[in-house]
Amino acid sequence: MIRVVLPSQLDDYTGGLRELALDLSAPDDRALVLNDVIDELERRYRGVRFRVVDEQGAIRRHIALFVGQTMVRTLQAPLATDDRVQIVGALSGG
Amino acid sequence: MKHTVLVGTRKGAWTLVSSNQRRDWRIQGPRHLGAVISHYVADPRRDGCQLMSVGSGHLGPSIFVSMDHGENWVEAAQPPAFSPAPAGEPRTVDHVFWLTPGHASEPDVWYAGTSPQGLFKSVDGGNHWEEVLGFNHHPQGLEWRGGDKDGTPDGPKLHSILVDPADKCHLLVGMSGGGIFESFDEGASWEPLNKGVAMDFYPPKEDGSEYAFGHDPHCMVMHPEFSNRLYHQNHCGLYALDRAKGDRWQRIGDNLPREVGDIGFPIVVHPRDPETIWVFPMDGSGQWPRVCPQGKPAVYRSRDGGQTFERLCQGFPIEQAWWTVKRQCMAVDAEEQVGVYLGTANGELWASFDEGDSWRLLARDLPQIYSVEVVTSP
Repeated sequence: MIRVVLPSQLDDYTGGLRELALDLSAPDDRALVLNDVIDELERRYRGVRFRVVDEQGAIRRHIALFVGQTMVRTLQAPLATDDRVQIVGALSGG
Repeated sequence: MKHTVLVGTRKGAWTLVSSNQRRDWRIQGPRHLGAVISHYVADPRRDGCQLMSVGSGHLGPSIFVSMDHGENWVEAAQPPAFSPAPAGEPRTVDHVFWLTPGHASEPDVWYAGTSPQGLFKSVDGGNHWEEVLGFNHHPQGLEWRGGDKDGTPDGPKLHSILVDPADKCHLLVGMSGGGIFESFDEGASWEPLNKGVAMDFYPPKEDGSEYAFGHDPHCMVMHPEFSNRLYHQNHCGLYALDRAKGDRWQRIGDNLPREVGDIGFPIVVHPRDPETIWVFPMDGSGQWPRVCPQGKPAVYRSRDGGQTFERLCQGFPIEQAWWTVKRQCMAVDAEEQVGVYLGTANGELWASFDEGDSWRLLARDLPQIYSVEVVTSP
């Protein structure tokens, strides 16, 4: 199971859920990647994807995605089925 | 008669409601606390319908729709977003800056202006948004607006989307980096409309001709009944244009006192009299502090299309009040004695119920006010 940790900024979409486990397996033709987690979140909580990823497919500038303890800047980052994914939303600014 | 002032701020939205002919007001809110509300508008075609531009700061832009006077809000299924760029600089919407209801004959149409500068349209009441390709993909578009990184510190903005009440195909927009543009075919094709407008932040052209675009309009209004009458407050002065007579703007700001100047952001026009306007001049000297000159707030009103102006400040602090009033932060109602409303960057909402002669403080201690609109309902 992939453990996903969500930030408070997404509460309006997730109903306040901060953590969930996703039972995702690799598609037949390729390895599992971070984008599969985002797609599954979007399927469950409509609108989440556009809050994390902009219209050009880039991770938004003030969003950080971690796989384990490593920050990644691409949605094509490979995942293992027991990885921990954390979405971090910056709270900078006044 | 009920009056409701819709207030968008840097940290959420509030409403002020009066049910007794504008005498007493009660504040309600916040909605979307913590979100940047660039524009909060009501639909004059459908009682109870409101749209709000909601930006979270870091999570990108969105639009919310209410059909019950702001009690409940639903997020747009498809907020404004640029199409994938096949070449050149990929564009992403940072925030939705401006919202305009469409023509009265098309109750589900809305327009949105964004930063970076783009024009979007919804034909389903604000739920799905598409680019106005005739504008966003115009062959000269990049030349008109410059690169997305060339704009003002918090981003170049497409604003003042005007739909001619007399002709739904006639549209105008302002770009804070680019100028005013006009379409007569519902957005399919566009031409600049900047003749007569100063652009003194650029070097003069050697041949003495004018720049056709590249100007910095701050806010433009069209009279709701006499739609040929246009006014606009520019980075370089205050202008009027009678579109029936031509396409050259006249600088009416020269008729404001020289020590006050004609720099500012908001402008509003009387709902029935096309000769009456209100502006709030700000200091455009030196470092461009964009506060009221000498720290003495005053609205200026013209009753003759900008030939003469009166200073209106009764009720305002008389000195040491360094207000900034942003471009969406003045509004008028349609009462016989027109109400004029004004929101400041220090979170105060002021109103005049005698067409600007005297002013009352309606609310204070709000976050920085980004937009003000007033709705009158039975």
